[in-house]
Amino acid sequence: MTDPLQPPVKKNPQKRTVSPTRPPESRSRAALGLTAAAAEGRFALQCCAECGAVQYPPRDACCACLSVALDWRDVSPKGQLIAETRIRATTSLYFRDRLPWRTGTVQLDVGPSVICHVHGECEKGARVELWNRLDRAGQGVLIAVPEERTPNMQDDPQLRAMTSDPKHRRVLITDGRAPNAPALTKALLAAGAASVFLGEGETWRPYPERTALEALGVEFLPLDVTDTSSVNRMASEYGGKVDILINNARFLRPGGVLARGDTGFARDEIEVNYLGLMRLAQAFGPAMCGRTGDGVNSAVAWVNILAATSLSNSPEMGCFSASQAAARALSQSLRGEFRTSGLRVMNVYVGPTEDDWHQPLPPPKVAPGALARDVVSGLRNGLEDVYCGDVAKDMSLKFARDPKVLERELTMGGET
Amino acid sequence: MTALANLAAALAGGDVEVIDLTHTLDPDFPVIVLPPEFGQCARFRMEEISAYDHRGPGWKWHNISMSEHTGTHFDAPCHWVSGRDLPQSAVDEIPVDRFVGPVVVIDCSAQSAQDPDFLMTPAHIEAWETEHDRIPEDAWVLMRSDWSKKSGAAYLNMADDGPHSPGPSPEAIRFLIEERNILGFGTETVGTDAGQGMHLSPPYPAHFLLHGAGKYGLQCLCGLDRLPPTGAILMAAPLKIRNGTGSPLRVLALVEKDSA
Repeated sequence: MTDPLQPPVKKNPQKRTVSPTRPPESRSRAALGLTAAAAEGRFALQCCAECGAVQYPPRDACCACLSVALDWRDVSPKGQLIAETRIRATTSLYFRDRLPWRTGTVQLDVGPSVICHVHGECEKGARVELWNRLDRAGQGVLIAVPEERTPNMQDDPQLRAMTSDPKHRRVLITDGRAPNAPALTKALLAAGAASVFLGEGETWRPYPERTALEALGVEFLPLDVTDTSSVNRMASEYGGKVDILINNARFLRPGGVLARGDTGFARDEIEVNYLGLMRLAQAFGPAMCGRTGDGVNSAVAWVNILAATSLSNSPEMGCFSASQAAARALSQSLRGEFRTSGLRVMNVYVGPTEDDWHQPLPPPKVAPGALARDVVSGLRNGLEDVYCGDVAKDMSLKFARDPKVLERELTMGGET
Repeated sequence: MTALANLAAALAGGDVEVIDLTHTLDPDFPVIVLPPEFGQCARFRMEEISAYDHRGPGWKWHNISMSEHTGTHFDAPCHWVSGRDLPQSAVDEIPVDRFVGPVVVIDCSAQSAQDPDFLMTPAHIEAWETEHDRIPEDAWVLMRSDWSKKSGAAYLNMADDGPHSPGPSPEAIRFLIEERNILGFGTETVGTDAGQGMHLSPPYPAHFLLHGAGKYGLQCLCGLDRLPPTGAILMAAPLKIRNGTGSPLRVLALVEKDSA
């Protein structure tokens, strides 16, 4: 069994913080299919549409019939660990700091044999499951894990290097007033987070959930994502203590362009949902990027909670969703900008949520607890894209299948 | 000596002091809170354009944004529906001589300390006049509550049933307009009305009645405890905003030394 990960000791202030390093990033275009599946935590391999062969590693043509009709399909991740070894010397800066590193070969039930990373609990010859995870370079890699879950398996150093596990890490949730703040806080503390900081704007305005938050033992930090000076001040003081940042700040009012007739709320939506994210990234991003190699509680993930309608808009929440689309586009830039450090951007797409502004909408709606659960599991699995709730999952499937069809469905004029 | 030469000499000699009645424009200063489906008052915000750096090596400057009604601010008659059709009802149209005038201060700080929902009535005003003098025409009347000494949540004093802060009763405002023909009315609280002013009749009586009569409002004032009950001069000139319904401003008072 994996030894439980111990909380980090206090840092020696005379020692230099370990600079970020990362595993090799280069991949063929064909191989990026694995990364795309890993971003959502799926195990997918190339399957030939003509002869049905399942192949690995990814190629441009089928290894059995030379067809180029290769679809990435979710397949069974089960197999047998037929060989394993420990690497004890390497020229890779990333792996040098993490030796020894276990690798092996898994014979998959669906056909291919795969050279992969190997979890410490996998015995040679044992039945295993392959997890497709993003490594610190943000590329999909395969790690063999035991078929049966074990209590501390997340603490395996090789697996932990691929995930954004909140255990022993310090989390900043940017908006303590948001309806999901109590559920997020509880879920993160239950997942072993060392501490939760809650951003709190406009302390002159009371809110009922504060008492419950106080009881959870969080630390409140004055932070308003629309106020550059407050964001900068907080990053100056706490930027080096934030290992996971969850941006749940959101301004939302219903209505499309014509329903509103002015740009007032739209400005607030852009200020909070788009520029707020930018301010946070400019203030907290550099410190977090500098601490991705900082041991047990290294900086590991940046989480954006976005509306699923950021993928494709509809007029009921048209102006709000446009600001969400802007935030989504910005998150893609941030992924690129954070990439060299290994800091992961995880976007959590949610459908209508259980709150005041969605009160007139029919179910299904995402409850705060369900969102919190998906945020934590997304972090534990090191995901980049999480679709929370049936509406978001459905939208992501439609978006992947045909964005224009989805757009047309969301922009019906209604029968007259 | 002319009047202004006398004033200049008094200012230079310290016989007349200039008092600042203005809060600092700060991003975290409270603003009025309305039900969230309504449009909201923008908070004060400041973004650096450059700070002697690559964005402008030799200079520092900011872009600022806010509502007309953020921080210490002036309310023009067109701020309220009752004053919308009056002439000279926007800040750019008001004659500038209206921005400088005598000011009287009615001290309600003791009552406000006792009762956050304290309402100033005509009886309070008449009692004040008995002690001091009749309020002159075209004077600013400021209601001192010492509320400006509160900060954070205590300033708005918001509860589940709305904010709780002192203000004038509808009858007091009617009295000041109809019996005393004042220039305007000012407070230390976030608005000219009491925190619970929406439950009075008419709702928000200070706003409705003052602006309907072409009078002005000042709110979020501070330092009223440094003003004498009578005898000071108030200077409150809003920015000249086309069709502006109000404006943040620097409110100053000229006070004779040791008169407060």
